[in-house]
Amino acid sequence: MASANRTSVPRIEPIWWALFSAGGFVSAFLVPVHLFVNGLAVPLGWLDTDIASYARMSELINQPLVRIYLFVLIALPLYTWAHRFLFTVQDMGLARFRKPLAVLCYGSAVTGSFWAVWILW
Amino acid sequence: MKASTSRSTIKLEVTRYRPSVDSEPHDQSYEIPCTDDMVVLDALNYIKDRVDGTLSFRWSCHMGVCGSCGVMVNGQPKLSCAIFLRDYKREPIHIEPLTNFPIIRDLVTDITDFMTKLKAVKPWIIRKKEKPLSEGEYRQSAEELERYHQFSGCINCMLCYSACPVYGLHPGFLGPAAAALAYRYNLDSRDQGNDERQPAIASQEGIWECTFVGECTVVCPKDVDPAAALQRSKVATAQSLLGSFILPRASGKSATEGSS
Repeated sequence: MASANRTSVPRIEPIWWALFSAGGFVSAFLVPVHLFVNGLAVPLGWLDTDIASYARMSELINQPLVRIYLFVLIALPLYTWAHRFLFTVQDMGLARFRKPLAVLCYGSAVTGSFWAVWILW
Repeated sequence: MKASTSRSTIKLEVTRYRPSVDSEPHDQSYEIPCTDDMVVLDALNYIKDRVDGTLSFRWSCHMGVCGSCGVMVNGQPKLSCAIFLRDYKREPIHIEPLTNFPIIRDLVTDITDFMTKLKAVKPWIIRKKEKPLSEGEYRQSAEELERYHQFSGCINCMLCYSACPVYGLHPGFLGPAAAALAYRYNLDSRDQGNDERQPAIASQEGIWECTFVGECTVVCPKDVDPAAALQRSKVATAQSLLGSFILPRASGKSATEGSS
């Protein structure tokens, strides 16, 4: 932003970027696997439907490591959306609303993360 | 071997803007003799020397080294000395000043903003304390050279600034070449200036405005990869910051150490 002080190094921006970046990795590598397995392979019968049965899933989700994995899978892509959406609308000419948009975007991602925690635990 | 001439003349449309005469830039058409071995700069020099001496443009070396002859050719930022007329099949060929820079006159742009940013990242080797000559040179292994060599080819031609939509939208953005050069010196084993460059690099207008469009890397005539430099600088800065949360006393540590 044109008004920002060149010499001030923001402490928060690298954190948003790091979450965006990590979320990008999750979105690119992990989400497609789940879309394929849960969205195609199991419903179409390419894989044994028992692996996605309620009993099996509920057994899996009771394991702490699986919950952590699901939290990462759900929460991190939210930050990718937040960061990308913020920069996109800013580049589309809404730069003057950057601060409220940032609160809205990153706020949604943080809310979504807490929501994921609430559902998973 | 004499180059085979596929056409004898070529039509060019060149942006003209003389502030004392013109209220705004406009195109002027020229038709000049053309041979297959002519680059765009040759055409501009032909016009200047034989057709219209008032045409202004920058150039110096005519061999892709000085970086001063950058123009938009059919909307793409190019070094006019490195792009052949024969590669453009459709006429007229449009030649304009580099976009994203104010026009001073004709194809000459105001590069003050870039020069200010270049200086801000201190693209030279910084030593906390120079060792005396008697102790000899700062030696560097081939491996250490390899770390930064990719980013050292920049000739400051500013094509990447013209190609960068982020710089076009946010003129405060540090931009590709300055970020790549800062990264190049931060990676240099002889350099100790990381902390001095960090304010210009890690500020909001430094690297964080970059949205990784990647056009800087596409248009670079020297095959430098500024987009990679920007991304790696973000990783290094984020790592350094996270490190400073965990070990606050070690926050002065080089931001590039974690990235290589």
